[in-house]
Amino acid sequence: MTNEEILQQIYDETLVGNKPAVVELTTRGIEAKMDPNTLLFEALIPALEEVGARFERGDFFVPEMLISGRAMTGALELLRPLLVDSGTAKVGTFLMGTVQGDVHDIGKNLVNIMLEGAGFDVIDIGVQVRPETFIAAIEEHKPDVVGFSAFLTTTMPMFKANIEAIERAGLRDDVIIMVGGAPVTQEYADVVGADGYAADASSATKRAKELLLQRRTMVSV
Amino acid sequence: MHTVLSSRTREVRIGPDQPFCIIGERINPTGRKAFAAALREGDLSEILKDVDDQVAGGAHVLDVNMGVPLTDEADLLARAVTLVQEHSNLPVCIDSSLVEALEAGLAAYEGKALVNSVTCEEDRLDRVLPMVKEHSAAIICLVNDETGIPQTADERLDVCARLVDIVHGRYEIPLEDIVIDPLAMTVGADPQAVVVTLETISRIRDTYGLNMTLGASNTSFGLPGRHALNAAFLVAASYAGLTSAIMDARTVQTVDACRAADLLLGRDEWGTEWIAAHRRTLAATA
Repeated sequence: MTNEEILQQIYDETLVGNKPAVVELTTRGIEAKMDPNTLLFEALIPALEEVGARFERGDFFVPEMLISGRAMTGALELLRPLLVDSGTAKVGTFLMGTVQGDVHDIGKNLVNIMLEGAGFDVIDIGVQVRPETFIAAIEEHKPDVVGFSAFLTTTMPMFKANIEAIERAGLRDDVIIMVGGAPVTQEYADVVGADGYAADASSATKRAKELLLQRRTMVSV
Repeated sequence: MHTVLSSRTREVRIGPDQPFCIIGERINPTGRKAFAAALREGDLSEILKDVDDQVAGGAHVLDVNMGVPLTDEADLLARAVTLVQEHSNLPVCIDSSLVEALEAGLAAYEGKALVNSVTCEEDRLDRVLPMVKEHSAAIICLVNDETGIPQTADERLDVCARLVDIVHGRYEIPLEDIVIDPLAMTVGADPQAVVVTLETISRIRDTYGLNMTLGASNTSFGLPGRHALNAAFLVAASYAGLTSAIMDARTVQTVDACRAADLLLGRDEWGTEWIAAHRRTLAATA
């Protein structure tokens, strides 16, 4: 199998969510001394971008996106140590959690998949996350972006509670804060003082990259 | 065991020997931007169309939820409950995650309401149960607690046991006024989700004989052909012992599935209701 064929097959098998095949092909690529960056940026990430595009168009459904994400995660586990060795610049670290009082996780998990597919390091701290848990995780992982997910109109007020807690902890300027979830709107995100909002997983990923770029440009100026 | 709900003039019974109880879910602004905006402006008129649609579709009970962000939800829910009662004689399921809104809704309601809902979280139970008892209402209890959604039927049965201890044992609310929500999760995110729900339903029926309800459309989230999936799920759940569901009564396919299950499972003797519904359809299209 040529390197080209390996890349094409990783792309194809990621698209259909065949994790065993993706893991095996990635292993073959590594054994053939292929650059881990090539495997990531020329097969896995394009596959996930295509998955996101199809989902956005309504051609792909939730289970398809989840199994594609799982296939990619299987490959990333093999590639991550090699990528660290090769000094690949990370896009950024994204800390994600569903707010206190809320147990919904499907939307959050879809966003995580698209973020990982775009090259973010995603730290998912689960559902029912208390403000103090978010703060502890920010201090531990030093993320670039923090995401709050809420599916209920009654748990959305936790966005504000979380942001105020982060302000009190003196960490507000260290992180970009994004919010999302079914009942959330741009207007609501503005009212609670979040930096960004997006309506779906693909646009959340784009928005996170834009916000990071803005922040880095500002810092360098 | 029968859970008896009532409006001023009408009584509805939920029970294993009763027609499957359809709690119409559409009177809810979640995901409806224009409706939410109208409610925020104090315009409740669209509620009446939703009520008419649910009644025409065959709802037995009307779920009323006024979860609009950045508003006084308690006031809005109380007004909505009053409006619904002026317009329809069906009992109401008062739906909010805000204790204050449940309280306002109950105060405005005339009859015996169903309250939606509590989980097994002590602080919320301690606030909601006294007013459920005061108003002699019935209460939907979800089998999860502050630690999240239990993934196995065993764990859900444990939560159910704790709920019965607290609601019935401590607060002396009659068992027939407890309606358990065994949690319908999304099969698109977990292939075993519906199997776990069905096992939970049949074990709660066999252990407690309590009435049960759930949000039926959760199961099909993120999948194509949702009505067909919901219909198939409702028949299976009905057979396992589910006695009610919170669902959109406008969807003929899922309502028909509930009515068909009633006939097939011996709750509609000689198909009286099934045949009457057929004649109504004929008359309407004649």
